[in-house]
Amino acid sequence: MAATQFAPAPSHSRLLLSGNEAISRAAWESGVRVASAYPGTPSTEMLENLAHYPDIYAEWSVNEKVALEVAIGASMAGSRSFCAMKHVGLNVAADPLMTLTLTGAAGGMVIAVADDVGLSSSQNEQDSRFWGRFAHLPLLEPSDSQEAYDMVRAGYELSEKFQVPVLLRLTTRICHVKGMVSVGERTAHPSAGFVKDPRRWVMVPGNAKARIPLMYQREEALRAEAEISPLNYVAAGADRRVGFVASGPAWMHVQEAYPNAPALKLGLSYPAPIEKIRAFAATVEHLFVVEETEPLLEMELKAAGIDCHGKDLLPRIGELPPEILRPAVARLLGETLPAPSTRPAQVFPRPPTMCVACPHLGVYYTLAQLRNVTIAGDIGCYTLGAGHPWNALDSTISMGASMGMALGLDKGRSESDRDKKIVAVIGDSTFLHMGMQGLLDITYNGGNVTVLILDNRTVGMTGGQDNPATGRDIRGQAAPKVDFVKICEALGVAPERIRKVDPYQLPVLFKALREETKTPGPSVIITDRPCVLIDDFKRQSPYAVDADKCTGCGNCVDIGCPAIHVKRREKAIKPSGKEVELQFVAIETAACTGCGLCVQPCAPGAIGAAAPLAAINVLKKH
Amino acid sequence: MKNEVTKVTNILVVGIGGQGVMTATEILAEAAISQGHDVKKTEVAGMAQRGGVVSSHLRFGKRVLSPQIAPGEADLIVGFEAAEALRWIHYLRPGGRVLMNTARLVPPVVSGGLYDYPEDPVGEIRALGIEVHAFDAMAIALALGDVRLGNSVMLGAIADHLPFSAEVLLESILRRFRLRKPGMVEANARAFEGGRAAVAGSAQPTLAVGVA
Repeated sequence: MAATQFAPAPSHSRLLLSGNEAISRAAWESGVRVASAYPGTPSTEMLENLAHYPDIYAEWSVNEKVALEVAIGASMAGSRSFCAMKHVGLNVAADPLMTLTLTGAAGGMVIAVADDVGLSSSQNEQDSRFWGRFAHLPLLEPSDSQEAYDMVRAGYELSEKFQVPVLLRLTTRICHVKGMVSVGERTAHPSAGFVKDPRRWVMVPGNAKARIPLMYQREEALRAEAEISPLNYVAAGADRRVGFVASGPAWMHVQEAYPNAPALKLGLSYPAPIEKIRAFAATVEHLFVVEETEPLLEMELKAAGIDCHGKDLLPRIGELPPEILRPAVARLLGETLPAPSTRPAQVFPRPPTMCVACPHLGVYYTLAQLRNVTIAGDIGCYTLGAGHPWNALDSTISMGASMGMALGLDKGRSESDRDKKIVAVIGDSTFLHMGMQGLLDITYNGGNVTVLILDNRTVGMTGGQDNPATGRDIRGQAAPKVDFVKICEALGVAPERIRKVDPYQLPVLFKALREETKTPGPSVIITDRPCVLIDDFKRQSPYAVDADKCTGCGNCVDIGCPAIHVKRREKAIKPSGKEVELQFVAIETAACTGCGLCVQPCAPGAIGAAAPLAAINVLKKH
Repeated sequence: MKNEVTKVTNILVVGIGGQGVMTATEILAEAAISQGHDVKKTEVAGMAQRGGVVSSHLRFGKRVLSPQIAPGEADLIVGFEAAEALRWIHYLRPGGRVLMNTARLVPPVVSGGLYDYPEDPVGEIRALGIEVHAFDAMAIALALGDVRLGNSVMLGAIADHLPFSAEVLLESILRRFRLRKPGMVEANARAFEGGRAAVAGSAQPTLAVGVA
């Protein structure tokens, strides 16, 4: 959404900030001149927020690899740069990262990578602390908003002192938690200017080979730094039965659950201060490493001959709040915990749904009607098409994967799947992020794939960010708008096999899909209704069900609109003798925005305009 | 700071995406900050916007460490939706209190016949021996002419159950509206009093601070 500039909060004020907001503030104060990101939960708000600040260039990049390359270029030009992404984004950006570690940074550089521990909105759970070890880069791990702010400021100093990009490892529980932050003031940091140095920046084998020893020297110097850094410290405690080592959110959980135990906090957690930990271990009976997901530090300590507990007692997945820590420590000490006072109640699940009038509803209703089809899906709101009532998605792997996987499903099909139709479903922003190359692969290699590009004019799942197809940049200002039809043509799809369809017109969409999937060769169908949560969406007058006319056919229920409610069920015997369940429905008038999707399949024509309702507003957009 | 007994108030605000749970918690947080408390507030956003479960944790006191309320440690559960209050009931500490909207928001998995909505969420909670104050926030808001006032009704309903005065919370609400929608200040003040009156009949002494 449009981001306007604001006057930053006064210097030296104390503010309630999320981790993401605190990081933005600190990046601005640190004199960052270039900042880049691709939206992804839980990292999105860092750049979204930073774009409000003056005196900084901020961009939504098309993907994380490009975002990192923009930040590298800015650093090479002598400016402080900042780059943010979610955990899977750094997989995309891993290629430049693994060579960036050889060149190092010129202008200070912080790369924020946000893990989704507990998978609130991601396709996997992975531990980005590995990147510190893999790329031999220093890694900072804040435990709350104040530390996130402090570590960005410290990160730029560290980066310039060691000429190294610094990884700032976050998790959802840092990014989205709000806490009090004492902020400072901005120091401008003019660019030092580009210094031509091909032996450093042109990584051909001969030059790169010479940089590798320098990378290892830098890592040793950082290891020495970690031993003395104030970011790694011991909090004393009288109860020495268990001493904890922790970083990130786990540190706060340890402090909460065991205020009287000695604990070693790792802020600069890679390179790990092994000798500091060894000395700490000697002061306690049991050393307990509390790290979320992977036992990285635990393995390193064991390799260094330091006896410790960790994943023998703690789960390998998810967060480690006090209710997980306490039973683990009790097991270690042979103690028993009191039983919980109240057991969890049995309540139905409430999975996220698509919104009322979401244009994807029409797409998945139609896909669910198609027979003998395999549907490769992608990452976005439309991944929800795998759920009830559509069940119209067969795969989700990674950004843009629908394209290549659809081609593979086509080329790898068995004899029994000879007549199977292959469809790939991808959103506008995901297509621009990583889908275009996949489509090129489909056309180049003659795949029998129908690609559905769901253009809802925004990055929906992360809260409505702009992209190169919306015609607006990160600040909401006019930007060049790419044309999907022209892109698809340029990527080799025959012009007569590219259609634009209104996803609210169910018969048209059905006909287009049936025709394109029946014809061999690549084809593209672009749907072009806006996301209902953005300003482009215009609500229409609501509909209502005439209860006297409703025959309970349930066709409208198959749309999956959350405004349609089944009010009554009845068993009935069809003339064929088959028993069916009739579903008599009502439309929640206050929620209906009049898209008309449910009107179309209604067999008895029971859905019509609702009586006008004054002063009713929905509990939806706030 | 170490080894100090930290007395922290834990409030769990629950409902579904789009109801304003996170905004309500933010206003409560601002009220706590105005009283000089350290504050942490957490929820998992992301997919919450899409009608999923939302639980917002608010902790405040002299110094707050973990942002998460552990099961069995919430002093107060504020339910924006009836089944959601029931879903999180094991987070309440012994002697804690529930303030809840009786509104039932039925998701597609229930209206589609895959699951049943609990018959009597308020009754189920009461049967656990828990003190419950239930009220119809939407009806109160509609009586005042606008369902969007539901949020202020909810906040009014809990205002006399906090370790600071109701006026402090009201001021936090009104400060927001003065900045953003000055025309709505008066209506929200009325909604706040409406919510407050709805539970006043069963008023209890102000919540004791601290985890049992």
